Amino acid sequence: MSALYLLVGFSLLVALVFLGAFFWAMKNDQYRDTHTPAMRILFDDNSPTSTRSQESPREVSQ
Amino acid sequence: MSMEKFQYDNGIVRNFAIATVVFGIVGFLVGLIVALKLVMPDFLSFLPELSYGRLRPLHTNAVIFAFAGNAIFMGIYYSLPRLCKAPMFSKALSSIHFWGWQLIIVLAALTLPLGYNTSKEYAELEWPIDLLIAVIWVIFGANMLGTLYKRRVKHMYVAIWFYLATFITVAVLHVVNSFELPVSLTKSYSLYAGVQDALVQWWYGHNAVAFFLTTPFLGIMYYFIPKAANRPIFSYRLSIVHFWALVFIYIWAGPHHLLYTSLPDWAQSLGTVFSIMLIAPSWGGMLNGLLTLRGAWDTVRRDPVLKFLVIGVTAYGMSTFEGPMYSLKNVNAIAHYTDIIIAHVHMGALAWNGGLAFAMLYYIMPRIYRTELFSVKMANFHFWAATLGIFFYVISMYFGGLAQSLMWKEFTADGLLRYPNFLETVLQIMPMYILRAVGGMLYIVGALAAVYNLFMTARQGSLLAAEDDEAAPLTTHRGERETALHRMLEGRPTQFALLTLVAILVGGAVEYVPLAMIDSNVPTIAAVKPYTPLELEGRDLYMREGCNGCHSQMIRPFRSEVERYGDYSKAGEFVYDHPFLWGSKRTGPDLHRIGGKYPDAWHFRHMIDPQLTSPGSIMPAYPWMQEDALDYSDISAKVAAMRTLGVPYEEGAAERAADDLVAQAREIAQELQESGFDVTYDREIVAMVAYLQRLGTDIKSDSVYVAGFEKLMTRRVTATADAGGDFDVSEPLTDASSLEAGKVIFDGAKGLCYTCHRTDLGGQIGPNLTDEYWLNGCDLPNILKNIRTGFPQKGMLPYGSGQRLTDEEMLQVASYILSKQGSNPEAPKKVDQQRAQVCETTW
Repeated sequence: MSALYLLVGFSLLVALVFLGAFFWAMKNDQYRDTHTPAMRILFDDNSPTSTRSQESPREVSQ
Repeated sequence: MSMEKFQYDNGIVRNFAIATVVFGIVGFLVGLIVALKLVMPDFLSFLPELSYGRLRPLHTNAVIFAFAGNAIFMGIYYSLPRLCKAPMFSKALSSIHFWGWQLIIVLAALTLPLGYNTSKEYAELEWPIDLLIAVIWVIFGANMLGTLYKRRVKHMYVAIWFYLATFITVAVLHVVNSFELPVSLTKSYSLYAGVQDALVQWWYGHNAVAFFLTTPFLGIMYYFIPKAANRPIFSYRLSIVHFWALVFIYIWAGPHHLLYTSLPDWAQSLGTVFSIMLIAPSWGGMLNGLLTLRGAWDTVRRDPVLKFLVIGVTAYGMSTFEGPMYSLKNVNAIAHYTDIIIAHVHMGALAWNGGLAFAMLYYIMPRIYRTELFSVKMANFHFWAATLGIFFYVISMYFGGLAQSLMWKEFTADGLLRYPNFLETVLQIMPMYILRAVGGMLYIVGALAAVYNLFMTARQGSLLAAEDDEAAPLTTHRGERETALHRMLEGRPTQFALLTLVAILVGGAVEYVPLAMIDSNVPTIAAVKPYTPLELEGRDLYMREGCNGCHSQMIRPFRSEVERYGDYSKAGEFVYDHPFLWGSKRTGPDLHRIGGKYPDAWHFRHMIDPQLTSPGSIMPAYPWMQEDALDYSDISAKVAAMRTLGVPYEEGAAERAADDLVAQAREIAQELQESGFDVTYDREIVAMVAYLQRLGTDIKSDSVYVAGFEKLMTRRVTATADAGGDFDVSEPLTDASSLEAGKVIFDGAKGLCYTCHRTDLGGQIGPNLTDEYWLNGCDLPNILKNIRTGFPQKGMLPYGSGQRLTDEEMLQVASYILSKQGSNPEAPKKVDQQRAQVCETTW
């Protein structure tokens, strides 16, 4: 069943890459602020015909 | 701080949008065609290229990689630059990515109907296209990573993480699953064999669902639900947990596709455990999406974009609940191989992927065309047609699949299969197949409305190919970093060492794969031998026609399957199977032990026209196999390739391959000719028959396995005899109405006798019933007894198990048979001189 070891190896490799990415994200302060990123994406719409983009996002009680 | 001005490329988004719509319609239509073929096997059957087995992979590939694939790219090319406040890294790369991907799709649409098929599900494309996919995928990844590098927003929004995970994992999956040895430009053999190949394939297959049909669409959900509802995601924290939990768990769940197969138990359990764990992140994500709309459900009523997002995310929740449930062994025992799984995947594809794709189209098209949606009413019609279509589809398939599965497993009080004829269980669910096609039609009607709606939207607006935006640059020392990447790595020994390690691991693995795969091909069952050259060609025809789309070759260790098909499948039987052909769906019966079960003539008739041997069968006919000459010009190369892969062909086998092939083909052809068929040795059908007759026969000659199997058969025959009884009948019926009733039963009403004995009783599989030669006695009590108890080990069913024929009906059939004595039908089956005895019937 050598294919099993092969797949476990590759799966671990992928997991390792993700783990590295996770540590990078932590070190890079990606998750210091977990509130404003969700709001910020709502402000990037500069479409002139979209009426919705003119109004500000509704208040959310968190 | 000065603002930097830049432009988003909407042209590429528009291109992917058009491709999504066009290939979506194509994929759906091919799906409808194959659904109709299951109801009407003759539908569009005039061309080999349009046969079911060849169109099925085209349907799955078109929907997954062309429709969902282009939708993913549309979503990413729209959202990624806006999330990064930076245009895509390179317009040239975007363009190469777009046209490269469409080229792959066109090549798939050409090669799959032509029969170039590796047989590995969702990876059917041959090796040159595999290479092209790898190149284009890397270009897509480079374009994405470059954009991230140039981003003006430091924080990478959660959607971006999902996109990144898609790129990384799919790249690894594709490469590992595509290790194959080319024989010619259009033919290759998987490096892995049997169980190993199955394991790699479903590690790939499962994670293709996870990282091609799930993670990118989750990224899309996290961008487009907040945008469409104009409110932030319910919990951004939860989205981060969702992402990391999902990517770490998903990749271990693959073995749940191989429960009860020859895979080691611990690997099966691993798959089950991780599948159950997946409920948590999946439902966390689904709830996160739906709860974003709390307090704003009124907007869902008005906005078709939100409607499609909601049904998509709801279906995601249902699919990710079903998935873990089907991974439980006891549920899987019922659901696997049936239409329940077909319902499951269509819930995902039609509602989750389709829903999000159309939501994106309705959201993006008006925006990049600077206008409003042409008709909200029409979009609402689309929504309801699609939703209704999905209901029709999945409900009929859940019920049909369950009904058929339970019929496969049902036993009579006497311990015999209640439905020993597989066809009976197929005919039972035909109404469900019809309803499924209706559901598919409704879905397509909705999609066509979307095409018109989107086209009119584009026509009434004008494309803003380059959209202006501005943002402040990032305050890091980007310029310095750009010029001194190498210095940076050198200055950070830990990171550099880690990267090197990864590189070495990848390189090492690539070298290790071929070696490991070949070493492990040491046979564990001595009786299992490589295929003969003719069988090898037959096996390639089996793959060309996509037989494994409907027939499994993996008998699970259940009593119901062993009774129906024969001894359960052992891992050691597949060591020379490059690739494995276990299949995943039983639209027709399992074929692993089909070898030797029927004579060559039966297979010949069955392949040329299944209706001849199995009236009502929904299997397509393969008349071209009788007409077309077998192309065995590559047989030496094929055998040589198999040798390279570690299959123990003898020295010089490759050189002799063509001669061996012709010799075996002549033998089979001669036997077929003697049975009265018009065929020469060099026709495809001969190779096909050779392969089918070989299947699963190797271990019958191995005493260890034979002992267990014989015991089982003995028990079965004993049970059959017990079901019989003493007959007190001495005279056959002679009145015309009784004989007519006997004829009706014989000709198919309840007996199906004629499939083996012919309507003129001349015999084909079973003996001639009109001459003076009899195998098991010719007097009425004996004939009645034979009808009642059958000869299960020879393939004749017991008709007296209380289910099939009443005593009176059996008497009618027996009387009918006797009334045909001496009728001298044309070209009767040859008498088995060794077993038959002359027996004068006295009436």
